[in-house]
Amino acid sequence: MLNPHLVARCKQHRVILAIAFLVIFPLLMPFKAIAVNILIYGLFALGFNMLFGTLGLLSFGHAALFGGGAYACGLVMLKLGLPWYVGIIGSVLAGMLIAATIGAFAIRTRGIYFAMVTLALAQCLYFLADQATDLTGGENGLRGVDLNTIQLPGFTLNFVDPLTRYYVVAFFVAVALFVLSRILASPFGAVLEAVRENEARARACGYNVRMVRYLAFILSGGFCGLAGALQALHLSIVPLETLAISNSGLVVMMSLLGGMGTFFGPFVGAGVFLLLENLVSLWTVHWQIFVGAAFVACVLFFPRGIWGTILMGRGR
Amino acid sequence: MSDVILSAQSVGRTFGAFRALYGISVDFQRGKLTSIIGPNGAGKSTFFNLLSGAFPPSEGRIVFEGRDITGTPQHKFAALGIAKSFQITNVFPQLPVHENVRVALQALASRYQIWKPRSSLPELADKADALLETVGLTDRRLRAAGTMAHGEQRALEIAMALAANPRLLLLDEPTAGMSPEETKAMMDLILKLASERTVVLVEHKMKLVMGISDRLLVLHHGELLAEGTPDEIRHNDTVKRVYLGQREH
Repeated sequence: MLNPHLVARCKQHRVILAIAFLVIFPLLMPFKAIAVNILIYGLFALGFNMLFGTLGLLSFGHAALFGGGAYACGLVMLKLGLPWYVGIIGSVLAGMLIAATIGAFAIRTRGIYFAMVTLALAQCLYFLADQATDLTGGENGLRGVDLNTIQLPGFTLNFVDPLTRYYVVAFFVAVALFVLSRILASPFGAVLEAVRENEARARACGYNVRMVRYLAFILSGGFCGLAGALQALHLSIVPLETLAISNSGLVVMMSLLGGMGTFFGPFVGAGVFLLLENLVSLWTVHWQIFVGAAFVACVLFFPRGIWGTILMGRGR
Repeated sequence: MSDVILSAQSVGRTFGAFRALYGISVDFQRGKLTSIIGPNGAGKSTFFNLLSGAFPPSEGRIVFEGRDITGTPQHKFAALGIAKSFQITNVFPQLPVHENVRVALQALASRYQIWKPRSSLPELADKADALLETVGLTDRRLRAAGTMAHGEQRALEIAMALAANPRLLLLDEPTAGMSPEETKAMMDLILKLASERTVVLVEHKMKLVMGISDRLLVLHHGELLAEGTPDEIRHNDTVKRVYLGQREH
């Protein structure tokens, strides 16, 4: 048994522990590119879970926020000719702006209707990107989002080197984790919990439930937009599929797989999913059957998800 | 200041073709404990929900301290000075008891602060402890609210309603589903609260409120049947016929 005092200590310093993990993580992976992918999708899933796990709202259109961030970063660099870090800032703002737009329509609805409205609006963005070929490259994707070296005062980072690339991405993910952790621990985080727990009571207490949801959606958009920008830099291209419905579904699966009720669960889910995908596809092209079976088994037998089940075994 | 804190003016409500409430006009006196009673289906809960802003009336106006509050959204009631408890137990079940009250208090202090930690509002934690003391839940403060006994959850709800320090406290059947001991404790608590603020109480069991109320309203089939002191109501023939008569079988 673990010392409960130690567990409490770990919880308190979860961001530091997470950062320590991020430092050694690529050394544990079969190849570095997976580690970068896991970080990016892990961040995407965390941003998504801010709405899903923390507030109980199932969005089926988060690809619009992720893809919107990816395109925003690429367009800022290619069409405006601005440096990559402006692209990153642009992606966060774009993610929040798209979330604010979709949210303005979707936030009045709940449950399956919320999922459908977010899905429909995300599809609108997908077809818009598909049609605006001059701007986005249409089906071919937005090519040439190249970042080779990063100039810092005193030294230069070679972004092409896989391990350096990993640590640059990890830096942004760590900052995002820290911000997300602060938000969840803040008074606003307390309001999010209250709204998830009991909407009518939260309203009677004096909280504008619709506004709380809307703000959470916008914040979620910022994290997902950042994840999209990191992917654009990682791949040097923004494929049109970044905005596709499959991406929205993927992030739902990752959150459920890892455990939507926990802070790191979505991250763990993204890691397990991508590892399974990569390892099984070495062996057979029908990897989706196996990953799908693993997902179904997890939902049936571990409804709290992988991370949620581990925490439950330890914490209590 | 006027003696009337809350006034319902020809308030009615229909649900589709069903008329739940016919134009009711009542003035609620400041500092008094008023109970709304009536048999099942009399429209008590509808009337309560109109007064507490759960939904707007189909006709008529509701005036609080001289201000027309008809149609004001629910989440603005706490800031106006009106708090309510629900008929069905309504807490944040997975949150600790103390956090339930703290988050209720926070509604009037900080809603959208996303950067500072919750502990940056220490005065809320202290106030929450004081409120838990008032309703007698101090030794439960770290329990998950949903795991407490029914009566304790109702008491917690009262503490949360008190968080906004309301001038008007609306309680919907606060003793519903309680054991006799719990009912007794709740009635004592309500009496204590009524000494400091205006309380409006909806209750199905007439006997319970006879002893503690300053005024009674009797609803029947969506209409105001009678209004008066407990003594007047007790000797009102119409009330006896429709209400007390029912209790004999």
